Amino acid sequence: MRIAYYPGCSLETSAAEYGLSVAKTAQILGIELQELPDWSCCGATSAHSTSRLLSIALPARNLALAEQEGLDLLAPCAACYNRFRATERRLRRDAGLLRQVAEAIGMEYTATSRTVSVLELLAGSVGLEAIASKVRRPLEGLRPACYYGCYLVRPGEYTGFDDPEYPQSMERIMQALGAEPVAWSHQTECCGASLATTRPEVGLKMAGEILTSAEERGADSIVTACPLCHMNLDMRRGQVQKLLGVNITLPVYYITQLVAVACGETPESVGIDRHFVEAAGRIAMLPAGDGSTAG
Amino acid sequence: METTLAPSKEKKELIRRIERSSGTEISRCYQCGKCSAGCPASSGMDYTPRQVIRLLQLEMVDEALRAGSIWLCATCEICTTRCPRGVDVASLMDALRREAWRRGMITDRRVAVFNDVFLKSVARFGRVFEAGLLLEYNLKTGQLFKDTELGLPMLQRGKMHPLPTIIRGHNAVRQICDRVQRMEAEERCE
Ligand code: SF4
Ligand code: SF4
Repeated sequence: MRIAYYPGCSLETSAAEYGLSVAKTAQILGIELQELPDWSCCGATSAHSTSRLLSIALPARNLALAEQEGLDLLAPCAACYNRFRATERRLRRDAGLLRQVAEAIGMEYTATSRTVSVLELLAGSVGLEAIASKVRRPLEGLRPACYYGCYLVRPGEYTGFDDPEYPQSMERIMQALGAEPVAWSHQTECCGASLATTRPEVGLKMAGEILTSAEERGADSIVTACPLCHMNLDMRRGQVQKLLGVNITLPVYYITQLVAVACGETPESVGIDRHFVEAAGRIAMLPAGDGSTAG
Repeated sequence: METTLAPSKEKKELIRRIERSSGTEISRCYQCGKCSAGCPASSGMDYTPRQVIRLLQLEMVDEALRAGSIWLCATCEICTTRCPRGVDVASLMDALRREAWRRGMITDRRVAVFNDVFLKSVARFGRVFEAGLLLEYNLKTGQLFKDTELGLPMLQRGKMHPLPTIIRGHNAVRQICDRVQRMEAEERCE
């Protein structure tokens, strides 16, 4: 399988281990990632907070590049994914806006591109059975809280591959890897997004509630597919703990890190040693598995 | 009498503009409060999402544009997903933010400065330069040491680059930003 690939700004920097593990996962599952040549930023929240046309034009430049390749587009960052899906949907329904956008980007674009998330790729295109067949070191005994956040599932009209209030695709992927995901209440709550930077007294509290809820439900880890969620739950853990006076040691994994590890890759090869909150210890506690491809 | 009628007409026009920009109709809202109940940021808001819509229904558009809430909204889309009347509350918050920005009626400078610095980084390099963005944000908001404890560990973990990546098409991105600005100034789009 070949797919166009849009890493997005954060997978090259603050979410480097997500980028590493997406590449490893693709390799394991026989997916060829074809990185979009000279891709640019999707504009994120700052664009749609400032200019409606810009918030559509910045994604559209990348979608036009993907359209030229004639392939589906993988956007692992949940925020980029959401902006791309919103743009595709709007431009499919509004020929006038499509003309304006084509003028703004100075490129031809007919809104036929199709962006997919990591969850859609794994649970849909690849399939759970194919994933399960690659598992060498099942995540036996791991009890992750599957955390979707906002952008992967909302609004349902853009995203549409899973339920916006009670999604289950990540849980099913975890089960295929041998883990036992917990049932919990904060699957789709907001991590605080950039409020953790701009209004920490509000944003960090939101992240704290997610961590507390996962812990109370007996989870031993959190899984995410969003760089922003990971940043707020992992990198900002110290700030959250200080503000709320709590001590929560739950590691936060990217879903692709767990896929790779379950398929026999070492934790270091997918950057599990690069988190802020210690995350390698829980992996070391997993049963050894058959070890046939380990190392 | 005329002096009260004229502003009201202006306000009506402005509210229609906000409705068009957001693609949603404020009259559909029947004030059930479901949006506010699910809003994760409402505890820090001066007006809850439901109240912001009420302000617009009552033509108190100035108050709505000055509400701190529009800058606290994280665009999590919970309100939009749950509204039983199909009101796109998140999009309305977004449209209010854009209108407030356009008019310079900025209640929360920190969020507005962040957005501005972010987009300038994109226009300049084609991609976001995280380290530069955070530094400039701190300088412009007078919080010199904000998040600096994260900087060194990020560098050590290869999670931050001290220099920007400049894409070959950075001129193309700059041109997109310029063209959008021109089209907006000519009021050919909203
Ligand atoms: S949920 Fe919908 S109808 Fe209810 S108050 Fe909010 S916008 Fe109005
Ligand atoms: S989109 Fe904004 S207003 Fe709506 S629930 Fe989320 S934070 Fe609240």
